[in-house]
Amino acid sequence: MSIFRNVVFVAALTGLVAGLVLAAMQSFSTVPLILQAETFESAEPAHTHDHGAARAETGAPAATVAVHEHDEEGWAPADGFERFAFNLLANVVSGVGFALLLVAASELAGGIGSWRQGLIWGFAGFAVFTLAPGLGLPPELPAMPAADLWARQVWWTGTVAATAIGLALIAFRAAPVFAALGVALIVAPHLIGAPQPPSYETAVPEGLHHDFVVAVTVTNLVFWLVMGAVAGVLCQRFLREDTPALRSQLA
Amino acid sequence: MAHSATASLGSASSLSSRRIQLAFAGLLGIFITGFVGFSHIEAVHNAAHDYRHSLAFPCH
Repeated sequence: MSIFRNVVFVAALTGLVAGLVLAAMQSFSTVPLILQAETFESAEPAHTHDHGAARAETGAPAATVAVHEHDEEGWAPADGFERFAFNLLANVVSGVGFALLLVAASELAGGIGSWRQGLIWGFAGFAVFTLAPGLGLPPELPAMPAADLWARQVWWTGTVAATAIGLALIAFRAAPVFAALGVALIVAPHLIGAPQPPSYETAVPEGLHHDFVVAVTVTNLVFWLVMGAVAGVLCQRFLREDTPALRSQLA
Repeated sequence: MAHSATASLGSASSLSSRRIQLAFAGLLGIFITGFVGFSHIEAVHNAAHDYRHSLAFPCH
C-alpha cells in the first residue's frame, strides 16, 4: 500500500470534516463581522482608493496606506448563497491542505497515537498557523490599513516556518541546547517584527476589530483541535497496519 | 513511489521511501494552502476573501 495515497486519503477526510466545521463557525462569527466592516469601506471616501478606476482618472500615485476596496473590476461571488458557497469551498480545500501538512508532519515524527495525542498536534497547528503569525499581524478586517502585501506574506511564511521548526526541536529533541534553539526560533520573528502600516487610522471601530480578533482566534483553535482529533482517529485506522515501531514518542 | 514501505522489511530503503512519500504529501499541502490563501490571482482572492480574513492570512 502506498503511504502517499493513504496520507492523502486520511487528509482529505480530515480536511473535509474540519473545513465544514470551520465554515459553519465562520457563518456565525467572523463573516458577519466582515460584512459589517465592509460598510465602512464606502463610508470613508477620504481614505479609500479604488484599485484602478479612480487612480487612472486622477493620475495620482498609489497611496502608501492601502485601505482596500472590494468593488473592483474582477469577478467576485455574489453576496448571499454564492459567497457562502465559495467560502465553504475555500475552507474545505484549504482544510485538506492543512490536514496534509499535519498528517505528513506527524507521521514523520512517529505518528499520532490517539485522538488525544491528535489534540496536542492540533494545539501545535494552532500555535504555528494562528497564534504566532497573529501576534505580529493580528486578524484584519476590510477597510483596515495594512503594510505591503508581499512583505506581510513573507513575514507570515517565515514566522510559520520558524515556529514549526522551533516547536519540533522542543518536542522531539532531548538535548537542552535544542530546546533553547527552538525557543530562539519561535521568538526571532517577533524581534524582527512584522511589517506594519504607516498609519493605523481606520473607520472600523476598535470594538468591532477586537471582536473579530477573538472570533478568528477561537474559531481557528476549534478548527485545529477538530482536525487533530479526527486525524488521530483516522491515522490509527488507516495508517497503522504497518509501522508499529514508528509509534509516537510524544509524551 | 510504487514501492511500498512495510515494516516487515524494515530496511533503510523502505524507510527513506516512506519519508519521501510523506514529504511529497506535505509539499502538496503547502501548495494547496498557498494557492487558496496566498494566490494573487484576483478571482481566487475574491472567491476565498472571507476565508482569508477569517484565517488572518495577509490579504489585499
